Amino acid sequence: MTTSKVLPALPLLAPLVAAGTIASPAAAATVSVTIPRINVAEYHRPYVVGWLEPIAGGTARTVFVWYDVKKAGREPGTKWLADLRTWWRKGGRSMQLPADGVSGATRAPGTYQVALPSNLPAGQYVFKVEAARETGGRELVSVPVTVPVKKGGSASGSAELGAVTIR
Amino acid sequence: MRYSHILIASASLAAALASPASAHRQWLLPSTTTLAGTSEYVTVDAAVSNDLFYPDHFPMSPEQVTVWMPDGATGKLENPATGRYRSTFDVKIDKPGTWKIGTQRSAVMGSFKVDGQEWRLGGRGRPMGAGGPGAPGGAPPRAVASVAEIPANATDVKLTEVQSGNYIYVTADAPTKTVFTATGKGLELDPITHPDELVSNEEGQFRFLIDGKPAAGLKVTVVPGSKKFRETEEAQELTTGADGVLHVKWPVAGMYWINASATDNKPSEKRATERRMSYTATVEVMAP
Repeated sequence: MTTSKVLPALPLLAPLVAAGTIASPAAAATVSVTIPRINVAEYHRPYVVGWLEPIAGGTARTVFVWYDVKKAGREPGTKWLADLRTWWRKGGRSMQLPADGVSGATRAPGTYQVALPSNLPAGQYVFKVEAARETGGRELVSVPVTVPVKKGGSASGSAELGAVTIR
Repeated sequence: MRYSHILIASASLAAALASPASAHRQWLLPSTTTLAGTSEYVTVDAAVSNDLFYPDHFPMSPEQVTVWMPDGATGKLENPATGRYRSTFDVKIDKPGTWKIGTQRSAVMGSFKVDGQEWRLGGRGRPMGAGGPGAPGGAPPRAVASVAEIPANATDVKLTEVQSGNYIYVTADAPTKTVFTATGKGLELDPITHPDELVSNEEGQFRFLIDGKPAAGLKVTVVPGSKKFRETEEAQELTTGADGVLHVKWPVAGMYWINASATDNKPSEKRATERRMSYTATVEVMAP
């Protein structure tokens, strides 16, 4: 509705904006995350976390965190969450885990779809995905995104993460 | 042999306390500073050496080490052991928040004369130099343990108050700042950037206080570890601003040794003329 006021100034963008609005009513954007297959003698599924950081600053919002939820033995699977060092500092350390609808078990290599929260305030964000693997490496991938999502984005890791795509 | 070792050890410790610029550095090296959950341990090396963090000189005594928990209570060391070059101990980090672990010392040192004979205070019976009391083959040194024991007829009383602290900070889950509550006495750290959330691509900011007031123009040395694997030490000699704030850029991620020292003429002991203060910490700077 308010976009009509912007139309004279941005005639070229208008069709895109209109098409985007029709194609995705109400949010419902998803992020797809690829965990690459890595050929090593000792493979452990990585801990992977995805979160949104408002560009203007403010609290990070964790969208998913995959870790060893039901680890057997003396030490809890949460011990290695701090290895997701950027997320840990941006807010992971103050989270109560497990968290309903957010935390889950580690995933095998493959591509996974995760819905973005439907109640995100409009604005500019960076979606970050961080992966850390036992006896392996650690990688962080960032994808800028504007909410509501009209135009997606994609970025790819080079070792521990494959493509991260928002659409 | 053993006795001479003790003499050398106490001498080098006294030297480190008396002049923080001395090359021998006391350091604590934690296995990590950031933990997830409250079921973990941190294990710490403690030593005195020139190069950081390479133990090749003397161990620090675990008996000097105190553990301050986030709630202000005193924690305990486990498995203390003293080796030839370094000591080691564990601390169970079983409460969330930021813990402070290290040594804290306040002493008065100096000399005075009684009937022309030189006496020492806080010198631990150190030799006094050629021909003096305690020199090889000479009479044992005359020393007293406290200011109160200085006799009334003492002359040439020269006393220095020495305060020093050497710390590491370990955080389980979210960091807290209770262990940084200033006492208003001596040289203290009032961090702007929390020492357990340093990242190599972000500037570290630390305010230093002397007697609770911003310590302007304070000299601070910041040294990255692993000198062995570089050409030079790459120490930074920095100075606090008028607001007492130190701005530190980290050339690489890793463990850093930070040492601040100051001398003034405001000792809390009335008979002392000078006060020497030093603050030391080992901090972990993460890769971004």
